[in-house]
Amino acid sequence: MSAPSNTVPGSPLESQVTAPAVITASRRMYWSVRRELWEHRSIYIAPLAAAAVFLLAFLTALTLSPAHRHEPLDIPYELAAALIMGTGFIVGIFYSLDSLYGERRDRSILFWKSLPVSDLTTVLSKFAIPLVILPLLSFAMAVVTQFVMLLLSTAVLAGSGLSVGTLGARMSFFHLSLMLLYHILTVHGLWYAPIYGWLLLISAWAPRSPFIWAFLPPFVIWGVEKIAFRTSHFLGMLQYRLTGPEPSTTARSGNLMEMMSALTPVQFFSNPGLWVGLAVAAIFLAAAVRLRRYREPI
Amino acid sequence: MACIEARGLRKAFGTTIAVDSINLRVEEGRILGLIGPNGAGKTTALNAILGLTPYQGELNVLGRDPWTERDQLMRDACFIADVAVLPRWMRVWQALDYFAGVHPRFDRAKAEGFLAKTTIRLASKVRELSKGMVAQLHLALVMAIDAKLLVLDEPTLGLDILYRKQFYDSLLNDYFDRSRTIVVTTHQVEEIQDVLTDIMFINRGRIVFDCSMEEFESRYLEVMVNPEHIAAARALKPIHERQVFGRSILLFDRVERQQLAALGDVRTPSIADLFVAVLSNQSGAAQGGTR
Repeated sequence: MSAPSNTVPGSPLESQVTAPAVITASRRMYWSVRRELWEHRSIYIAPLAAAAVFLLAFLTALTLSPAHRHEPLDIPYELAAALIMGTGFIVGIFYSLDSLYGERRDRSILFWKSLPVSDLTTVLSKFAIPLVILPLLSFAMAVVTQFVMLLLSTAVLAGSGLSVGTLGARMSFFHLSLMLLYHILTVHGLWYAPIYGWLLLISAWAPRSPFIWAFLPPFVIWGVEKIAFRTSHFLGMLQYRLTGPEPSTTARSGNLMEMMSALTPVQFFSNPGLWVGLAVAAIFLAAAVRLRRYREPI
Repeated sequence: MACIEARGLRKAFGTTIAVDSINLRVEEGRILGLIGPNGAGKTTALNAILGLTPYQGELNVLGRDPWTERDQLMRDACFIADVAVLPRWMRVWQALDYFAGVHPRFDRAKAEGFLAKTTIRLASKVRELSKGMVAQLHLALVMAIDAKLLVLDEPTLGLDILYRKQFYDSLLNDYFDRSRTIVVTTHQVEEIQDVLTDIMFINRGRIVFDCSMEEFESRYLEVMVNPEHIAAARALKPIHERQVFGRSILLFDRVERQQLAALGDVRTPSIADLFVAVLSNQSGAAQGGTR
């Protein structure tokens, strides 16, 4: 992507002007991601709002119903993480659908294309938002939220005269965070890659209403398969992609995060579904890069 | 080396041919005005030059193929496509930061200097600025780039006359030097007549007229003919004739000034008048050909 040799052509004119600064590919990527964060502030505002709402509810529960104080406290902790990360996931879906469509709709694509940033860098920076930025942001917010919850409940428990030690023993804050990080990196970062790839592709292609174009085709395929063959392999495939690879030992009753985190890294990375998904994501992305080159404002 | 060189450049949308096999050569250090009616193919030709649209034929801009090397080309070239394309959510300081972050030839201090002469504040969002201020901002950003080629496609569309005047003044005074090349399209031809070094008329996807301003000024003369000399004037084969306030104005190509001075008031025509003459002759010729 960055070919520094290109910035130094041998024309005699070149020597008169000041030497241009060398801009590396990673620097262009950094600024491209930053500009996404400027434009789409919901990327951090939405998970923050979810965290705030959850903390408020937690505090209310803690002060209003003292009976709950003696119950195991790790369930609301997981709920907090799930809520924040679920918010991140939803933001990621809407962000991906709008990103390459929005710049064509408001014609700003012409402005972005007037700068020396390749279509590949642009699409990758937009892909990085749901794949890297949102999961990491959600993770950081979830950990902070959980930490605040821990402080709050400790304060309340200490206030009511209970020993704080029992809480600490029950809860392994560090372990929970690690599990969360593992879940975020594997599921949101890798397993969901083809989902975001598909949304970006539709966003790059759709002549209008990318939302319908993204969700109607899977729905139609499901319907046709159901009527014509009376099977639902496609639906199963989608479900598999959304819920992730199941470890054979865990029953379906457990919550999603526990299930996913029960997978050892070896199990996770030896799963062919992961690699097929990544390959499909790469194909979707390549198509999106190509489409962005051809697409004009709508 | 030519800045832009096109051979057999062609672009069709379905059965509509937007650019019909044009040959074009723009030398370094020129200010070319690309003039044509709506739908003549100006914007399509510019889009091809900027790597925004695929094309047929040969095209070389600053030694590169614009379609496959758009991002590298944009290190040396920049464009203002329309006043409306700056993203509306962006703040002025964000635009400066972003340009400085991705453009190797962007001089931030220079851009801030240009902005300081306007009423634009760094904290403002583009959507809060008036149309004229958006154009000022875009021009400030673009002029701070040490580019070899600047393409302006209707840059002053929808601006009032003050902003239009300012726009071209600062472009000439603060930006242009002999090593840069500027290509501009506009409908307000009169306003850029003094700015240009070359003119090119484009109609129905073809280049119908192409000359330098020096040539234009030495070749074409317009005479407001005194009524008693009208027959004599017509005998000199004007390329166009029009009536203003009951008097005939005749446009001549390559006729001696002294010869014309005897017939009435002689002056250099405006580009717009020549444009009308060339286009009406062309359509007349086309009709003659089909008969």
